Amino acid sequence: MISEIIYFSVFVAVGLTVVVLMLGIQKLLQTKRHSDAKLSVYECGNIDVVSDPRIQIKMRYYIFGLLLIIFDVEMIFLFPWAVVFKSLGLVALIEMLVFIMILLLGLLYAWRKGVLKWT
Amino acid sequence: MLTSVELVEFAAKNGIPIWALDASIALVLALAVFSLCGLGVIVLVYMERKVSADIQLRLGPTHVGPRGSLQLIADMIKLLSKEDVFPKHADRWLFRLAPALVFIAAFVGLMVIPIGPRLVVQDLSVGLLYVLAIPSIAVAGLIMAGFGSYNKYAMMGGLRAAAQMVSYEVPRALSVIGIVMLAGSAKLSTIVDAQGFWYIFLQPIGFMVFLVSTLAEINRVPFDMPEAESELVHGYSTEYSGMRYAFFLFGEYIALISAAALTVVLFLGGWHGPGPELLGPIWFAIKFFGVVFVIMWVRWTLPRFRIDQVMDLGWKVLLPLALLNILITGIVMSI
Repeated sequence: MISEIIYFSVFVAVGLTVVVLMLGIQKLLQTKRHSDAKLSVYECGNIDVVSDPRIQIKMRYYIFGLLLIIFDVEMIFLFPWAVVFKSLGLVALIEMLVFIMILLLGLLYAWRKGVLKWT
Repeated sequence: MLTSVELVEFAAKNGIPIWALDASIALVLALAVFSLCGLGVIVLVYMERKVSADIQLRLGPTHVGPRGSLQLIADMIKLLSKEDVFPKHADRWLFRLAPALVFIAAFVGLMVIPIGPRLVVQDLSVGLLYVLAIPSIAVAGLIMAGFGSYNKYAMMGGLRAAAQMVSYEVPRALSVIGIVMLAGSAKLSTIVDAQGFWYIFLQPIGFMVFLVSTLAEINRVPFDMPEAESELVHGYSTEYSGMRYAFFLFGEYIALISAAALTVVLFLGGWHGPGPELLGPIWFAIKFFGVVFVIMWVRWTLPRFRIDQVMDLGWKVLLPLALLNILITGIVMSI
């Protein structure tokens, strides 16, 4: 377990080093000239942004997020079940079917309610 | 695991702690994986350009190096010497961290993929879960890029990336459950060894769902909603230039590498093939480039979906299909 964590952190460290190194090289090679127009945000030729781009996005978004959490948890439950499925057999399949059916009913309900419509 | 008994004894004799030994081996392996995936990116970018050129009846790059094969090196030098433009209103930390996060998430995901018998950095027993989970952290980087650049196009791109990856995460993970059931393990090398008969034949529905949702997960056309250059300029990376932009590109291609390698491992029998075991990596490479070619072929022949079509496909078609696949697999295995 410890060794796996060490491997993971070394990989992250190598990735970070590469990023820092490349950006450092770029810093040495670049020519920097200041200009107001260059630093302004790109938006259809206007010199500056018209309004704040950090707008509120619609609520639909939040329901997709909720659905993801529900099904992701289901997936996490399914993985250990699938690993030992061979030795458990039919009973485990029926039990898991009940579990999936409940979630599937939830998805159908959301579908009927028009939650899955992206407009 | 490459830690051999002799190395451990050597370390114990010279008073080197085990973690230092692990860390130094990990460092060597990480550098090896990095050079391999760097080479992979160079090859894939060249391949992408030539394949797209062939499909569109063009020549592609021809000038730099033999048949234009050094074009990416030239591009890299250009990107390295570009000015690091930092937009006026951008959020300092989000803007800086985003490309690094996208790149690192994709790179770290390569850790568990076996390319030959025992040729793997860390053969985790939850390898499959790891390789599905870690590369999708990149979506946080895309949202950060979108939010940090203070640009409407980038914002839209980042949010679309989030919606899309959130939707396709579920069918992608559910489509491989059938494989875990058949192999009885989530360890990638065990899954490869269990494939006397390739899983693409035993799990055709699972393969289709996996391939389509993988395309969406790595934001390739027809699912490149986050970039969509015809409507969103360049999506989340609109404000980026120079090396920071290059890291987004790297991240994208490393994600392609790991997705194609995962497809080979899960469905196409990994390194198995006729001939001695030593030929394993070569068979793996052949299958890998086959999968990559199919993904590129799809990219350059299909038009882009609309965002609502993308969401519909994910939730209303792929998710029920993936669940159906689990059901069929379970019933067939119980009989």
